[in-house]
Order: sequence, then C-alpha cells, then structure tokens
Amino acid sequence: MRSVDVATITKVVARLCEEANFYLEQSVHSAFQRAYEEEISPLGRDVLTQILANAAVAAEKRLPICQDTGIVLVLVELGQEVHVSGGSLYAAINQGVRDAYQKCYLRKSVVNDPIERTNTKDNTPAVIHCRIVDGDKMRISLMPKSAGSENVSTVKVLNPADGWEGIKKFVLETIDQAGPNPCPPLIVGIGMGGTMEKAALLAKEALFRPVGQKNPTETIAHLEDELLDAINKLGIGPMGRGGRITALAVHIEVFPTHMSSLLVAVNLLCCAARYKTAEI
Amino acid sequence: MHVKQVNIPLTDEAIADLRMGDHVALSGKLFTAGDAAHKKLVQYIGQGRQLPFSLVNQVFYYAVGTPPPPERIIGSAGPTTATRLDCYTPALLAQGLKGVVGKGYRSAEVAQAMRDHRAVYFGAVGGVAAILSQYVKHVRLAAFPELGAEAVYEYTVVDFPVVVINDIHGGDLHLEGRKVYAVTQD
Ligand code: SF4
Repeated sequence: MRSVDVATITKVVARLCEEANFYLEQSVHSAFQRAYEEEISPLGRDVLTQILANAAVAAEKRLPICQDTGIVLVLVELGQEVHVSGGSLYAAINQGVRDAYQKCYLRKSVVNDPIERTNTKDNTPAVIHCRIVDGDKMRISLMPKSAGSENVSTVKVLNPADGWEGIKKFVLETIDQAGPNPCPPLIVGIGMGGTMEKAALLAKEALFRPVGQKNPTETIAHLEDELLDAINKLGIGPMGRGGRITALAVHIEVFPTHMSSLLVAVNLLCCAARYKTAEI
Repeated sequence: MHVKQVNIPLTDEAIADLRMGDHVALSGKLFTAGDAAHKKLVQYIGQGRQLPFSLVNQVFYYAVGTPPPPERIIGSAGPTTATRLDCYTPALLAQGLKGVVGKGYRSAEVAQAMRDHRAVYFGAVGGVAAILSQYVKHVRLAAFPELGAEAVYEYTVVDFPVVVINDIHGGDLHLEGRKVYAVTQD
C-alpha cells in the first residue's frame, strides 16, 4: 500500500484549478494557431485572433481566460494500492477547489440546489467521478466546466438500427442547434455505448484527450475525422459568425453495450477549453 | 478592418447606420446585467416601481465578471449567453433600452422585438474575458448591491470591441453568416 495524504491532494487540486483557469492547454493553443491559418472567414479570423491574444494576456496578467470559471469537474483514477490517509478524499478535493477559487479571485458560480439556487460562495461542491484502477498512483484530471457549453450538450437513446448514420445525424443536429451559444470553436466529446450515464461520462472523458490525438482504434479514428469534416461544413464558424472552423477536434470514446441499445452522448467544450491533469 | 466608432447613449442615427457584421468600437457606459439583475428589473417593472437607473438609449452588457484582484478595478468580464435572458428582454426594450452586448442566439420573438424598438444586438467574443476587461476604464455599482457579483455595475468603456449581430434592418449574423460558409453535405 502507498499512502497519500489528503493535504497533498488538496494542494494538487488547488494548483490544477489555478493553472486551468489562467493557462490555456498547449495542445488547444496549437490547435487555435492552426485554425487561424485555415479559417477563410474574416469575422472568424478576427475571433481567433482575439482568442490567441486573450490566452497571452490571461497568462501574463494572471487573469481568468473566461469569466465563467465554471463548476469544477474532477475525474479521479485511484490506484487500488493507494491508501488515502488523514481524512476524506472528497473533502480534500473540495478544499482544494475552495482554496483556489478564493485565493485566485475566480468566480463562484455554484448554487446549492437546482431549484432553490443559493450561491455556495466558495464554488463547491465539485462534481467528482472516481474510478478505481490498478497500481499505486493517483491521477486527477480537472476541468472548470462552463455552463455555456454544458447547457447545449445532449444524450440520446438511439435504435441500434440507426447505426453510425444515426449517430452522425444526432451529433450534427446537436451542434447545428447549439450554433453560437457554446462559444465555438469547440472540442466535441462523444461517448457511444454502455448505459446512459456511461455514455455521458465517456463523452466527458473524451474532452480531456489532447487535441490532435486520435482514438487508438483506427476505425474510430476514421469516424472522428469524418465527423469533424461534417461539423466544419455546417459553416457556423468561430462564435457562430460564419466560417469553416466550428470545431477543433472530435474525440470519440466507446464502450460495449447491450444488444438492444445504442446510447450516444455529446459533450461540448467551448473555446475556453480549460483542463489540467496531474499524477500523485 | 473598418471599425465604426459608436458612443453610448445610442442615437437613432447611429443605430440606423449599423449593419450585421460591422465591427464596432463602443465608448461610454455599459450596464452589466446577468440573470438575477434581469429578474429584479422585470419585477420592478411589473410592480410599477421606478427603476434604479434609466434605461433610455442605454446598452446592457450581459456579463457577471470574476472578482477584481487587488489593484485592479475588475477581474475578467466577457459576455454570457443572451438566449437565457430572452424572456426578460421585451419588457426592458419597452423601457427604452437600445442595445445589448452578449453572445449566442436570440429567439425569433426577441429579434423581432428588437427591430420593433429599433434596438441592436452586439456580439462580444466569448472566452476572451481577460482582454475584454482591459477596455473597462472605470466601474461603479449602479444597482442591487445585495446581488453581490450579480449586481448591476456601470462599466465606463473605451473602444470596447463588438460586432453587430442583429441590426434593425432585419440582418442576423448568426443566421446569415453560416449560410455563406456552409458546404453542402451528401
Ligand atoms: S461557453 Fe463561452 S462564456 Fe462560457 S466559459 Fe466557455 S468561452 Fe466562456
């Protein structure tokens, strides 16, 4: 057994919150530079220029990339040989969020209850998904998730007979209807298979894959390309002002499913694509 | 890139001159308003109470910024989704509001109400809140301090960069722009 103290976890979570909000992920930054080269729409290029300039200013002045500093989403992969010592894992993660959002002047956007809606004032609780894996390491992936892009994400129960064509149609409908609202250029996370919540979680996990990295299964990687091409033909463009770059990447994750089911989830990530990962 | 200089309060002539897709540099005062402030303003109107500030010829900025770090007047402050505020907008237009700065779709009903009231929808880029905050030169609490970060603040801006999304002549960049760049799919 390897022991990991909760104080270490709190510190790592606080650091990830801070870094995610101030520094655009490198693979995303490079993707925006490529997008700028490829975009043919002048209004689209203007948006991309602002996005790149903003990344530089945010990092230099330590200002949040976007004012919606999100509800914090945390994926934990906990090695089964790890013993979390000194307190509760979930409390330690929430303390890290609390510390960072206070210390770094990040916006507190979380409300206590979906109906009552009183601000919790420290941006907790985080949404935490914990998965037990082999080994003695702990991996924490964190994303300040915006409402703008979460609010237009979708889950659908398709008929297995609908197949890939049905999935493609559903994904394109999602992005077409979302239009400018999720602040494109987007990263499109897609989860296929499993059960309803499994598909949704796969779609979320897919967003963490560095832009430019394809699904290791060749057939799926091919579908990612096909879908990215179709999305960018919609013409929505940066901020929905018209253009050829509506998405930077499509990431698909799949899981076996019931012979009678075809679950699909589409989770969108806005141009303020903020996420960080650390291993303890 | 040609940029039209527009001052707030807006005039009818300035509004009439704006066309979908125009780059505009806004100077003057923007009032920030998010969901909570909108709800309160519309409640005031419903109760026939006098509003804490006049909306005549003014422009709303749909934004709730991050807390200001020490030695700065604001944190990051970019636009939020206009669609969520559609249900409140017609009542505010009736009070003389002439422009809004936000991002995302307006409903067909609100787009029509804006044309009827000769008001303009300006789009600011979402996700670039750090640079947008640099155009804000002065901040004053204008109304509803009890709403904290969601209170209405008066931002004095100079050359705040926006693009016209809905003009009063029927132009809607979110609907038209994509048609120009869409590629027919098989
Ligand atoms: S959806 Fe837009 S406004 Fe919201 S966090 Fe993302 S970039 Fe910012």
